[in-house]
Amino acid sequence: MAKLPDITPEIVAEHGLSEDEYKVILKRLGREPNLNELGIFSVMWSEHCSYKSSRRHLGKFLTTGDRVIQGPGENAGVIDIDDGDCIIFKMESHNHPSYIEPYQGAATGVGGIMRDVFTMGARPIALMNALRFGEPTHPKTKTLVNGVVAGIGGYGNCVGVPTVGGETNFHKGYNGNILVNAMCVGLARTDNVFYSAAKGVGNPIFYVGSKTGRDGIHGATMASAEFDDDSDEKRPTVQVGDPFTEKLLIEACLELMATDAIIAIQDMGAAGLTSSSIEMADKGGVGIELNLDDVPQREEGMTPYEMMLSESQERMLMVIQPGKEQLAFDVFEKWELDVAKIGVTTDTGNLVLNHKGKVVCDIPISPLADDAPNYDRPHVKSEPRPVLVAEDIHETQDYNDALVKIIQSPDIASKRWIWEQYDRHVMSDTIDSSQSGGDAAIIRIHGTNKAVAITTDCTPRYVQADPYEGGKQCVAETWRNLSCVGADPIAITDCLNFGNPERPEIMGQFVGAIDGMNEACRAFDYPVVSGNVSLYNETNGEAIPPTPAVGGVGLIPNLDFFKTLKGAKDGDTLILIGETTGWLGASLYLAEILSREDGAPPPVDLQKEKANGDYIRKLIRNKRVNAVHDCSDGGLAIAACEMAFASNIGVSLQAAPDGPTHGWLFGEEQARYLVSVEKNSVNPVVSTALAKGLFAQVVGTVGGDRIQAAGAFDVTLAGLRQKHEEWLPNLLNGTDT
Amino acid sequence: MQTAVIVFPASNCDRDAAMALEKVTGKAPKMIWHRDSEIPSDVDFVCIPGGFSYGDYLRSGAMASCSPIVADLVEKANKGLAVAGFCNGFQILTETGLLPGALMRNKNLKFVCRPERLVVNNANTRYTSQYEAKSIVTYPVAHHDGSYFADDAVLNKLEKEGRIVFRYADNPNGSLRDIAGIVNEAGNVFGMMPHPERAVDELHGGTDGLGLFKSIIESI
Repeated sequence: MAKLPDITPEIVAEHGLSEDEYKVILKRLGREPNLNELGIFSVMWSEHCSYKSSRRHLGKFLTTGDRVIQGPGENAGVIDIDDGDCIIFKMESHNHPSYIEPYQGAATGVGGIMRDVFTMGARPIALMNALRFGEPTHPKTKTLVNGVVAGIGGYGNCVGVPTVGGETNFHKGYNGNILVNAMCVGLARTDNVFYSAAKGVGNPIFYVGSKTGRDGIHGATMASAEFDDDSDEKRPTVQVGDPFTEKLLIEACLELMATDAIIAIQDMGAAGLTSSSIEMADKGGVGIELNLDDVPQREEGMTPYEMMLSESQERMLMVIQPGKEQLAFDVFEKWELDVAKIGVTTDTGNLVLNHKGKVVCDIPISPLADDAPNYDRPHVKSEPRPVLVAEDIHETQDYNDALVKIIQSPDIASKRWIWEQYDRHVMSDTIDSSQSGGDAAIIRIHGTNKAVAITTDCTPRYVQADPYEGGKQCVAETWRNLSCVGADPIAITDCLNFGNPERPEIMGQFVGAIDGMNEACRAFDYPVVSGNVSLYNETNGEAIPPTPAVGGVGLIPNLDFFKTLKGAKDGDTLILIGETTGWLGASLYLAEILSREDGAPPPVDLQKEKANGDYIRKLIRNKRVNAVHDCSDGGLAIAACEMAFASNIGVSLQAAPDGPTHGWLFGEEQARYLVSVEKNSVNPVVSTALAKGLFAQVVGTVGGDRIQAAGAFDVTLAGLRQKHEEWLPNLLNGTDT
Repeated sequence: MQTAVIVFPASNCDRDAAMALEKVTGKAPKMIWHRDSEIPSDVDFVCIPGGFSYGDYLRSGAMASCSPIVADLVEKANKGLAVAGFCNGFQILTETGLLPGALMRNKNLKFVCRPERLVVNNANTRYTSQYEAKSIVTYPVAHHDGSYFADDAVLNKLEKEGRIVFRYADNPNGSLRDIAGIVNEAGNVFGMMPHPERAVDELHGGTDGLGLFKSIIESI
């Protein structure tokens, strides 16, 4: 073997380690590391793996609750959904790779998040995604949308897990850094959940899945740095996905998990073999010795450094019960997967790597994981923005035109072009999905009459305007969306996408958003059970809008009682629950009609949110409503249009009871729900709300084939639907690059 | 009646097919692993499920058509065993030669998943006897390679012999003559790109697919 180079300051810097961090390594080892060891320290201490800028703030989150079986710290969070069933879920970012190589970046993002879920013993049952692209006219946007959507579909469709929902935004703030956040939800039995802590001494360590190649080396380090003009040169650090192998891995792992052969299991994600072996050993308080010659390799002459840092996809590491080795070999060979025993657990507490008869790494494990840097980065609060008053904001003279502009604006326009490329029905338990444009996807628990509701949400323009209120809003909107379908919200996962944490104003956004999110979580008893952080989403010093994407999961205990926005019927009355004051600050109206992004965002009154949401769920359980939709982007007008599209019937809204019309129709106050009820339910629905101290008012009727608002707009349903549907195809068709 | 579903590596609608068959026959199908050598002799109907057998690598259905079980499948099908392939199953059946033609990449080169209206072009087959001729049914489609292709001679023959069982009302993939599903000359082997097995449940995809499964039972 070639002699390893001496460690110079340049080599340390190339590994993304600061001088101070290197000094800590020297102190803890009591000697200079060799290159293999340095590489291992560098990936484990990268922002991506160590959460060194975020860890102390994440610790503030509510992470426990009656239904929480496993909070943050494992591959994914686990929640109890009764009857011995549990849901295992997580959302994760794959932003940097998706910008550099959109198809493979997005595809491997989906593959990675699925592995996090089935590693714990769950069969993946649903995928969601939250996507943010640059402005539609940016030269890269079309290629990126095409590639990301094809990659998500190419992977999820092949594996056979339905992609059931998500969100897609466009904003110039993402021109240089798109966001690809993928969420996976899996189903397991509570008595058969698998964890990553290795146990025992002398237990065999198995490697299963694809062979290790040279792809993705330093991917975690790449994801921990800003981009510059030469970012395209980082393409070799993006991995290539193989969904076929993933599907075999899922089936093989679940088959072996039905036996008692597995002591611990961990997927090889970011930082591959390094991170998976160290996490298993650290959690179990044991050492690990690996024989790298036994690692299945795709290429000849791979060095220990390359093997340990490779991020080749579709690989798992597991500790097998002694005596069950043959059983494991048999299962994996049935599924035609590469499998090898590559090491054993030890009592040394060290990671020892052997290669061609030599020890090429021997380092203590605890400093790698536990003693990773934990920074308290300086942070400053964002400057509060003034509250705008509707009366001071220009009112359109042409409401038909304003409605069309908003209905075909990038954030509101139909995303059919995207979700028709995803298999939403495989597994035969999709009760509702993006297909209806509803608030949350609904996935039946196989063989039962209960279901989980799943949603992802974030309104970056609110977070930009006020990280604290915006953070509250992200959590509140998921909680509201789950309530809209009659689900009891249980817990969230999050994907915190921000710029460079070394800049105090960015760190201020991060801290503010977390504090706001956490306050909402506590108000709703709605804990965070998993998530990830993606920092350094910047190009040439320009950061993305702060984007803490939230994925919420709730339980519909009985599918005889759920609602969507599809059920509005001729002759129904529309009732708005929650108060409207005409809040246009940081609204879509402001952005799309006046090209302004100023003003404070709508405040989130968590007590009102809770009371209104609880009432909506009660109305659904009592079968008082035909359709429910939350009022969010674009306010009452857009909520009514979306309900009309989904129900395929016209709506007619009343004139503003007081105040200016644009504030009434397009204001974005929070905690509001639009419900469609039959005539004889109007009085009970309104009077019960008022008796509870809630705000409720009749705002319109359902029927005909027009979308109308008194004194404002009057257009045909079909014509407006066409505008809603045609924007994205017009943008993207003919751009298969 | 005993049904069976053949499972290939990365078949992913095997469970959907099994559920649909159990729902209509009241009995769970036998799940046959692709490396088995024989279809059990008590099996009356074999379903080749959808999915991405072998990841669609090389060509959709091409590698699965070389699996060990296929030799017995072809032999029994040629002797009259009822066999239906949905989506990837249809692709596999064309690759084995049990059905003519080929499924090419969708015309717009993109995967398409949506409820699709189909015209029952021939209600006088063992797969469609429960439907009215020329009636419209809605099944979901979900495929990347669903554009049916055959040369004119084959297409004319299919047309003449009433073997075009389903046509798309709004062709989603560029299939020639809007072909969504066909049978072989003997009428026992059937393939279609849409998913009838995903249309047997009011809450999920509607129930238009039940007629197809009931027709199969009727014919056994």
